[in-house]
Amino acid sequence: MKKIAILGAMTVAGLSAGAVSASTLEDVKARGKLNCGVTTGLVGFAAPNANGEWEGFDVGVCRAVAAAVLGDPTAVEFVPTTGKTRFTALASGEIDLLARNTTWTFSRDVDLKFEFVGINYYDGQGFMVPKELGVSSAKELDGATVCIQTGTTTELNLADFFRANNISYEPVPIETNAEAQPLYLEGACDVYTTDASGLAATRAAFENPGDHVVLPEIISKEPLGPLVRHGDNDWADINRWVLNALIAAEELGVTSANVAEMSASAGNNPEINRLLGTEGTLGEMLGLEADWAKNAIMAGGNYGELFEKNIGENTPIGLARGLNAQWTEGGLLYSPPFR
Amino acid sequence: MSTLSDPPSGSFQLSMLINDTRYRSYTFQFVALVLLVAAMAYLGWNLVQNLTAAGLNISYQFLGEPAGYDINQTLISYTSQSTHWRASLVGVLNTLLVAFLGCIMATIIGVVVGVLRLSNNWIVRKLTSFYVEIFRNVPVLIWILIIMAVFVAVLPQPRDFRGDNPEASMVLDAFAFTGRGFYSPAPIFGPGSGVVIAVFLASIVGIFAFRKHARKALFERGQLIPTFWPSVALFFIPAILAFFIMGRPIGLDYPELKGFNFQGGIFMRNSLIALWFALSIYTAAFIAENVRAGILAVSKGQTEAAASLGLRPNRIMNLVVLPQALRVIIPPLISHYLNLTKNSSLAIAVGYMDLTGTLGGITLNQTGRAIECVVLLMLFYLTISLSISALMNVYNNSVKLQER
Amino acid sequence: MSDTHAQTVAFVRQEMLPEQPPPASEQGVIKWMRQNLFDGWLNTLLTVLSLYFIYKIVAGAWPWFANGIWTTSSLAECRELLEGGVGACFSVLTERWNQLLFGFKYPPDQYWRPTLAFVLLLIAMAPVLFSKKFPRQMFIFTGLFPFIAFWLIWGGSLLTPLVALLGFVAGYVAFKKFEYQSFAMGMIAGLLATVIVWWLGGFITGAAPGFMALEAVPSRDLGGFMLNIILGTVCVSLSLPIGILLALGRQSDMIIIKWICVVFIEFIRGVPLITLLFVANVVLAYFLPPGTNFDLVLRVIIMITMFSSAYIAEVIRGGLAALPRGQYEAADSLGLDYAQSTRLIIMPQALKISIPGIVNVAVGLFKDTVLVSVISMFDLVGMIRGPILASTEWNGVYWELWGFAVLLFFVVCYGISQYSQWLERELATDHR
Repeated sequence: MKKIAILGAMTVAGLSAGAVSASTLEDVKARGKLNCGVTTGLVGFAAPNANGEWEGFDVGVCRAVAAAVLGDPTAVEFVPTTGKTRFTALASGEIDLLARNTTWTFSRDVDLKFEFVGINYYDGQGFMVPKELGVSSAKELDGATVCIQTGTTTELNLADFFRANNISYEPVPIETNAEAQPLYLEGACDVYTTDASGLAATRAAFENPGDHVVLPEIISKEPLGPLVRHGDNDWADINRWVLNALIAAEELGVTSANVAEMSASAGNNPEINRLLGTEGTLGEMLGLEADWAKNAIMAGGNYGELFEKNIGENTPIGLARGLNAQWTEGGLLYSPPFR
Repeated sequence: MSTLSDPPSGSFQLSMLINDTRYRSYTFQFVALVLLVAAMAYLGWNLVQNLTAAGLNISYQFLGEPAGYDINQTLISYTSQSTHWRASLVGVLNTLLVAFLGCIMATIIGVVVGVLRLSNNWIVRKLTSFYVEIFRNVPVLIWILIIMAVFVAVLPQPRDFRGDNPEASMVLDAFAFTGRGFYSPAPIFGPGSGVVIAVFLASIVGIFAFRKHARKALFERGQLIPTFWPSVALFFIPAILAFFIMGRPIGLDYPELKGFNFQGGIFMRNSLIALWFALSIYTAAFIAENVRAGILAVSKGQTEAAASLGLRPNRIMNLVVLPQALRVIIPPLISHYLNLTKNSSLAIAVGYMDLTGTLGGITLNQTGRAIECVVLLMLFYLTISLSISALMNVYNNSVKLQER
Repeated sequence: MSDTHAQTVAFVRQEMLPEQPPPASEQGVIKWMRQNLFDGWLNTLLTVLSLYFIYKIVAGAWPWFANGIWTTSSLAECRELLEGGVGACFSVLTERWNQLLFGFKYPPDQYWRPTLAFVLLLIAMAPVLFSKKFPRQMFIFTGLFPFIAFWLIWGGSLLTPLVALLGFVAGYVAFKKFEYQSFAMGMIAGLLATVIVWWLGGFITGAAPGFMALEAVPSRDLGGFMLNIILGTVCVSLSLPIGILLALGRQSDMIIIKWICVVFIEFIRGVPLITLLFVANVVLAYFLPPGTNFDLVLRVIIMITMFSSAYIAEVIRGGLAALPRGQYEAADSLGLDYAQSTRLIIMPQALKISIPGIVNVAVGLFKDTVLVSVISMFDLVGMIRGPILASTEWNGVYWELWGFAVLLFFVVCYGISQYSQWLERELATDHR
């Protein structure tokens, strides 16, 4: 009965927190923490480890932004979101940035009023089946039971794919990746479908990853990227250019190992100098410190390092760079110039 | 709050608004109304502000657009090109289906357990009270998840039926119990099956008419006509005769293992069964307690009085105890049905596509129309609850009239 | 007849025989078994069936339980140790024990805080639950407990709960001071005093954020069974006063207030809790002033409190309706006004009648707290379904985890319902 006091105490805390300012950047600085929306758990992209610390590729983006804005890669509050809650969480301001392998689509950008700041992973929807089924193409899946995560574009792609190929299937909708795993492993569905990267990550968590194959068909384009709310262009710029900085750093050969040395004094390459703040005032233009990009790169390394550390070929997830290689190496990663 | 003394004379003063009981209630109501309107206006204003800031609007147009997703259990025709409205309708029917099945099974289990709890067999008493306590005291969500997990993990999957030496086999070559659900033969209605069904329905009507006649004969002339065996005969014989006379028009479609799944027959999905079972056994634990309380509420004197009139035990139960017990049992029973229906919204935990799964799940996710979807969702449940409450009030009033 | 036969008839016994023990089949265990287990063929059949049923369960579960392994660090390791035999892998419980109880984000070095708060909760509840067995002074601690618990669990400066407490004290003092004028005046004065103290206190807490500060833990980091307990206790205790007000409002003669209460109660009771949680999760944010940000736990607390207060209101309304009319009239004839008669005469009796119902609602509410797992909060069920079952190590451990969850909830809920039955007997001193 007397616990009404807790509400009261929270009101007090709210009153003392002071007024809320209009700009996300100022909010984040005042709070001293970045609220970053991630998945509820997808190994390699965002998942808490045994100590409860979040790790992964998407987590790396959050940390880089936090490092650029606040100078501290650990100043992030990770907010786990499901397919259902992610957009409301962002729209309502509960999170400042959503880095949850979210596909950039027209309606999300235009109708739901979000701003995708770039693409950090070029993906496509694939299928995973147990090897023993002997299936080699998605077109052989007539009558199969398919586990899908609800609230994602995969659900719509799946319907389109089966409809276009005039074959039938049984959808089994699942809320989170975690719930899908046991259903698939116990055989309650024949096929598990999600983004190819997600399939690789899920398969890596299995006891015997070798018993399962990812089918060759990729049935959709899934450009995954971090996104922010419409309307705060300054904040969108910061996020866009942090992501670009990570990509450009790889292209320019700036890594977490040599960034400290390179940013100590201006070097020969003017673009690196501008990027790292030893020349020009890019940081100031963004409303950040001059060493914003250095901090972002220090947080977890450049794009390539993040990739290799979390989802690359030497990790259990074992994704090849593929489309996600630098443009100089035949991929699609192409950061606009820092100028 | 009665005013006993004469109302104080004199002109109206402002302080009377608070201190005079005649005016104070108006003051309070006025304040409450103002606060309510202010709160509503505040929330509405915030909503408008937030929506304009986000550039969104409230619109139900999305209901007319193609849904784009597939639903695995549809009682009405539905494809991924149907509208969101149609998808919601599919969800409504699925909700009603699981609620209906759940209510029936919960009642059966609940009545049996409730009666057994009054048994004079010690072990049965203990077992049933163990059942009631364990199911009442653990959240239904946990039961749903347990049954689903056990279902998926313990039962064989279709792949186990495959091969020359399969790990699992079909029961009687007609029923398959798999982790994905139960497959059973489905009737195929050929030409002339309408006659068989009509005969069957007619014989059911006949059973009721016969029982009514027997009752009338008993009450008016004291003539005892046996009803049980004639009823059974009436139930089976005409329909079977019609079946053979029409040349066996109704056949069975057996499920068969084809490709990835069993094909044909009737398929009850694991999510439906898990939800149905869990809701039934959970609610049955509550119903059992009601039934027990209802029977105990009929005083022993009633039973003894009936016995002293020379009634046999089953007639005592039918004519004296049950009618009185039902008056105690039915109101809470209906509210348990209502709870079961509301709890069926937990379907979302096992991926059963009820209204919460379609309208409140996929449609909400795909369109991002959170406010509209949640409002519609609440309206649906509210309509169901209020109509059942209204029915219950009618019933309560009808039994009240018989009371003296 | 006459007693002469005794002498004349030879075969009439003259002395009393000593009492014989009843035949072996009519006493002790055998009689009990005949009466309770084998009374008629139907009962015998039932007994045999039940025994078979029990045997099957025990025979199936016992080896599984007895061979349980408690020390491995993954399912694969555990299965290896079992060598294909039947046995449980309880090691998932030992390995993830802290996660199950506290969630995976609560700082491990701070586990002592919620544990201490839980122990204090038991101490604080003791005088409420067993008012006859504990000294009345302990109620002071009960009053302080919410503030201590808030400080312990959420951390941060001690000043925050202290100011909140001061606000309530100031409100109470002001209420007492103005109560003689009228109840309404007292309420207004009390509210004003509370708000003023909080407002002033806001400056103090803002000025000294580090005063006796524990490491702050955001409520997003709460999880595991702890979250269920927090939600359960907070919401039940908050919904009691609200429920009382709603019930009184629904009984009131004031037509507007009555209808507000009726609509609120019927609306809340008509929708499933899960839709209210959706509201908390995806809709509520749109109804708050732009820029404000409640955290999810607080929003959920608000929704669950609304939910349970509607149910409690109905229970209390039942209690009010069950009070004899004479009680109201007696209170009126003593010259008590509405506030006094409600507080001193009506409510104590109505609450006493409603106790079983309130406890039922409380148990139901505590069970319903697991629904927060559906909106991606990591309570006990959320932890099991999410991080634990999805982890590489423990993929596929169902029985052990779910059995543990069932056990925890059963112990708590069964305990509460047994308590309520005890309390009912304890209070059954009235004239009914």
